[in-house]
Order: sequence, then C-alpha cells, then structure tokens
Amino acid sequence: MTRTVADLSDVARSAATLRTFLHGLPGVDQVGAEARAGALATRSIKTTAKARGIDLAIRMIDLTALEGADTPGKVRAMCAQARSPAPSDPSCPSVAAVCIYPSMVRTAADAVAGSGIHVASVATAFPSGQAPPAVKLADTRAAVADGADEIDMVLNRGAFLSGRYLDAYEEILAVKEACGAAHLKVILETGELATYDNVRRASWLAMLAGADFIKTSTGKVSPAATLPVTLVMLEAVRDFRAATGQVIGVKPAGGIRTTKDALRYLVLVNETVGEDWLDPDRFRFGASTLLNDLLLQRNKLATGRYSGPDYVTLD
Amino acid sequence: MRFEYAPAPESPSIVDIRSSYGLFVNGEFTDAKDGELFKTINPASEDVLAEVAAAGPSDVDSAVAAARDAYENRWRDLPGRERGKYLYRLARLIQERSRELAVLESIDNGKPIRESRDVDLPLVAAHFFYYAGWADKLRYAVPGREARPLGVAAQVIPWNFPLLMLAWKIAPALAAGNTVVLKPAETTPLTALHFAEICQQADLPPGVVNIVTGAGETGRLLVEHPGVDKVAFTGSTEVGRSIAQSVSGTRKRLTLELGGKAANIVFDDAPVDQAVEGIVNGIFFNQGHVCCAGSRLLVQESVADEVLDTLKRRMATLRVGDPLDKNTDVGAINSAAQLARIRELSEAGTAEGAQRWSAPCELPERGFWFVPTIFTGVSQAHRIAREEIFGPVLSVLTFRTPAEAVEKANNTPYGLSAGVWTEKGSRILAIADKLRAGVVWANTFNKFDPTAPFGGYKESGYGREGGRQGLEAYLA
Repeated sequence: MTRTVADLSDVARSAATLRTFLHGLPGVDQVGAEARAGALATRSIKTTAKARGIDLAIRMIDLTALEGADTPGKVRAMCAQARSPAPSDPSCPSVAAVCIYPSMVRTAADAVAGSGIHVASVATAFPSGQAPPAVKLADTRAAVADGADEIDMVLNRGAFLSGRYLDAYEEILAVKEACGAAHLKVILETGELATYDNVRRASWLAMLAGADFIKTSTGKVSPAATLPVTLVMLEAVRDFRAATGQVIGVKPAGGIRTTKDALRYLVLVNETVGEDWLDPDRFRFGASTLLNDLLLQRNKLATGRYSGPDYVTLD
Repeated sequence: MRFEYAPAPESPSIVDIRSSYGLFVNGEFTDAKDGELFKTINPASEDVLAEVAAAGPSDVDSAVAAARDAYENRWRDLPGRERGKYLYRLARLIQERSRELAVLESIDNGKPIRESRDVDLPLVAAHFFYYAGWADKLRYAVPGREARPLGVAAQVIPWNFPLLMLAWKIAPALAAGNTVVLKPAETTPLTALHFAEICQQADLPPGVVNIVTGAGETGRLLVEHPGVDKVAFTGSTEVGRSIAQSVSGTRKRLTLELGGKAANIVFDDAPVDQAVEGIVNGIFFNQGHVCCAGSRLLVQESVADEVLDTLKRRMATLRVGDPLDKNTDVGAINSAAQLARIRELSEAGTAEGAQRWSAPCELPERGFWFVPTIFTGVSQAHRIAREEIFGPVLSVLTFRTPAEAVEKANNTPYGLSAGVWTEKGSRILAIADKLRAGVVWANTFNKFDPTAPFGGYKESGYGREGGRQGLEAYLA
C-alpha cells in the first residue's frame, strides 16, 4: 500500500469515501491465497525450532471458555491452568489471557490477579452481535468495569454484508471508546464473510476504526480460523503498518487443536509479517483444547516419550 | 522473536545409489561396448555419485535393434488394454517408490526435495496413469482414421525435470504402441536408470523401453539413427535446430520442445500478493531451470513500485540451500557450465545498464549456487530481456497500456508460455487471445497437468505434449 497516514485519516469521512477505499483495495485471488497457505503448511518444524515454537504458542494462548454451561467453578479451574499449565514443570510458561463471557469477568479477574495474565471478555452481544447499539455498549462497559483489560467484540456483519460499512465502522469507534484503556479485538467472523475480498475489507475497516487486534472467529460458526483467512489478515496488518506505522495484532480462533496446527500458524506469521509479530502482544491463539496438546508435545520433546492424556490437567 | 527453522533433512539412505550403472537395453543392464564411462555428481556438494556408461555407436545400434524387435514382436500388436495394464503398473510402482525417486532426483539434479516430492513425482505418476487410460481408446483420440503407432521413438530429454520429462516422453509413446530408446541428460541420468529397474519390476516386455546414457554425441547418434521412426526432443533451441536439420529429408516424424522467454504480465488491478507469489513461482521454481519460466516480468507502470516492493520483501524469505532440507525453496544450480552461463548473462545485464538486486543470502561453500536475482530498468534491447538465462534471474520491464503489454510480450523469438494477472475476466480472455504462446496461465503460473497440451510457437518448438494432442505425436 502506498497510501499515507493523512489519506487514511480521511477515508471514513462519509459512507461513500469509506466504500471507495475498501473497494479499492487489491483483490485476493482465492486459489493463489489457498495455495500459498498450503505451501507454507508443508514447512517442517523439528527439534529446537519445535521446542521454541511450542513455548511461544503456549505464551500466545487466550485460554477460552465460552459456553452457556460455564460456572464460576469452571472458570476458576481454567484460570488455575492458565497460571501454571504444567504444575510439575516450572519451566513451562503461562498463557497470555483467559477469555470468558462478561458475567464471568469478576471471577476470572480475581483468579488470575497478580499473574500478569490478561482477562479478555467477549462483548457486544457475542456471538451474533444482533442487539441494539446501546445494549452492546453497556455489555462492553460492564465487562471493563468488572476488570476485563481486553474486549473481544464482534463485527456487525449485518451492516457489513449489506454494504453499510460506515455503520459497522462507527459501531467499532463507539465500542473502542467504551473500552477506555482496555485493548480491543474485533472479531470479523470470517466464516460468515465468506470471501477473502470481504476478509481483507473487514480487516481494514476494523483497523481504521481503531482495533488493536483483528480476530478471525467467534468459534461458534464453521468454518472458524483457517490458514488462508489468517494469511489474508496478516497481509492486511502488514500493509496497514506500511501505511500508518501502527502495529495491529492478529488472533485466529476456533478449530486450532493440535501442536502441528499451531506451528503452521507460527510459520505463516514468520514468513508473512516477520518476527515482529512473533510476540503474545501481537499474535494470539483463541483456543481451549490446544494447550493440552502443546503440553503433551512439550513433554515428548523433553523426555523422548509420549505421556497419556491423564498426565495433563483436564481444564 | 526470531524463529529459525532447525535443519529438517530428508534422509538419503532411502535410496540405494550404485557405484556404477550400465545401459538399459532389451530389458537388461549392460556395459557400453567400448567400456567408456562418465561421472554424475551431486551439484549441491560436487561429490561424485556414480559412474555411468557412455553409449557409443554400436550401443545405440543394439538399443534401436532391441526396440525394433520389441515393437514388431511384443508390443505393437498387443491389445490396447494389455498395454494399459503395463502402464498402470508402472504408474503404481512409481507411486510406491516415489519417496526414493524424489530423493534421488534432488541429489542428482539439485532441486529442492519439496519440489521433487510435491510437484515432480506426483506429476510423473499422473502422466503414466493418464496415458494408461488412453491405451485402449486410441480410436477416440484420432477420430475418423485408424490409430497406428509410428514404430521406434528416439527421445532425448533435458536435465531440468529428468524423471518428469521421461514420463512426458515414454507414457504417450508406449500407450500408442511405440517402443522407445531414451537418452537422459548427461548430468542427470540416475532417475531414468532407476525407472529402468521399475520396468524390470513391472515385467515390461524386454526392448519396449531402452535407456542409453551419454553426452550430446550419444544423443546425436540416436536421433540420426536410420532405424528410428520418430524423434522427440526437449532442450535448447540451438540443439533443436541442429536436430531439425539432421531429420529433414528423412521419413522421421519430429516434435521439439525448446527454450522460452515467457512474459508474466501484471496489470494494475491484479491481486498483488498472489501475483507476487506467481512471479516468484514463475522464475524461482526449480532454480529457474524451466523452459516455460516467467523470466520477463511485464508490470504496469502505475503499480510497478508496489509490486516490486512486495516482490523484494517476498524474495527475502526464500530459503536457498541444501536441496534435501524439507524447508529449502531454492536448491543448487545443476552444473558448473549452467552456473557459468547464468553468471555471464547476469554480468551482461549489469554492463548494459540494468539494476541488479538480490536479497542478502548466505550460500553454501561447495556446490553450484546462484542467489535469486532481479534486474529492474530492463529494456527490450537488453540481452537479459531476449536470451534465455535458464536460472533464477528475473528481468523486470514496465508497460503503460494493454496493447503495449501484448506487443512487448510477443516481441521475442520464443513463444512457449505467458502469464496474465488481472481481476478482470474479460481482460484475461482478450489478452490470452493475442499472446503468441503455447500456454497462457491466468492468475497462476507454472501449473502442469497431464490432460493439458503443452508446447510452443516460433523458436520454442513444435508439436504438443500432454492431453489427447500429445498422443497424436505418436500416432501415424
């Protein structure tokens, strides 16, 4: 992208200028993007590289519980695992954050207090976002007031898919303001956007509106995170930095379950945006079961043996 | 955090390389009659891999005689479905031994294992499967006339895709009922000789496939041999021209697949990231040792800076080195002679005033290496815009209008392939229609399939390989 910062501050001046900008972004060729992601997925990450990758992936996890059946007990148990994923191995790092519903924020904030683990709350009528604007803002404020320092909001797909880009943009602006000091992740729900052109446009729309992170999915829609979708989003944050100097994070979420998956994402980051993004402040995994597979593989590398699933904690 | 990939080498122990190889004539390995040998080396280390027999006149005679005997007595009159069974068997054996063959190809040729494993070998098997299917359906391949084989085919193949070029040549020839004498390139004979073992394993009747190894002289003896009915050659335009001369006035049928200087045309509405992938794949795939490589980038001037910035950033992530490392993107140059030619033309590019750029890159000390390089500010008059470099060197030119792009793309003695990058479907069709190239890729590059005919215009040769058209070259 060759645009300058001055151009960009102006693109959301009106619905027409925002639309012109988003539709003027270079297209994404679906076959080519999927081929590139597929080729990077054949990288072979072994031995020392694998060990470093696993520890980095653990530090990048937003350990997630987003079920109707979540209880304070369940959330406290997850927070305990977030603090020390491998209780008998002090060399194992803790995860980046716990991610829960707003009603569980207070419980989670108490449970991770003093650990440096962030408390991320979904908000804005997650996962559909189909609530009146005032409700979404109240949802956000309540989560922040209870101690969330990261807010995972959902993009208004209804507005985006009907071409009301400015409505979607202004909603993010308002939520960003409601967040105060809390970091804002904007969930694009790429499974509902369907095309990579839409993913690129939604990424730019969210970044222009002030997102600190762009996130693929709620985990409630299939497909959730995929390598090509994440590739397109990484290209967007790369181009956004080239245009503005600002660094935006990326968070694939949903469907990432194995160490092999996680390492493929790290390769994608490494070869698309480079080492600057290989940091928990700039790249996260939204996942619940990934952590245990990483721990099993970590143990295998250290001992040469696979341990059974009973040797990692359940939650 | 820096994320260094630890070495992930494919084990060479999966392939058993013998210390010496004979010629494969009439189903058996034999020494050359005058006992002459040459060495084949690993271009990534310059270590000698094996000694290989150099076929002389009497060896070529016996190979052609064996092929004639097999043609008349064991192959021509075999029902198509029986020939098909042999080809299916070869295809399956290639698949079963694909890891071994991929490793061997990378060792002898220098290409990265990622490519021999993911591109070459799957395509080799696919070609045999595809033509196996045609063997009992020949009358549908040439409707309205009787499908008769030609006889003995003399086939000479290059070193850039040793086993794949063998498959392109042998599979259609055998399916159509011909027998073959094939000469692999001097620097890369090993996979063809292991394919000969597969022919034995498949119980292919003796003499149907004969493989004679040697240098250019062996090739000349073979194509000039009065006992052959068909000559198929893939390689340089220079050699192709002399073959065309020697074959003229004889009854031999000829197909030539020669050099290229393909234009890869990027319009201002192209999907930039994917176009850059296509540019990289177009010229750095197989170290640029590709006759249809996109060696001339024609980029619309209004997006040239953006495309080149993205291209340079992408080139910085290319991993050059050990061909057997699974994470290597660009391997070794095939031979010292080829490296010298690439260097010579690159120096000519600098001398003629083009700007040379390559990403910082550490090359191994031993072996033949050339860092992926681009030249900007190239004009049509420069040697690097006209001559085939056959290495990882891209010449970048700009254009202003679609008409100018077509004019520049066609302004070359070659006409093998071209690429068009644009989001506009109607433009793809309009431009492809005007390009004088045998293959035009739209929003992709260097994609091959056994069902798609491949071949050139002008000095890139004549005849088509692949698809139904590829079969016609082996039918009377």
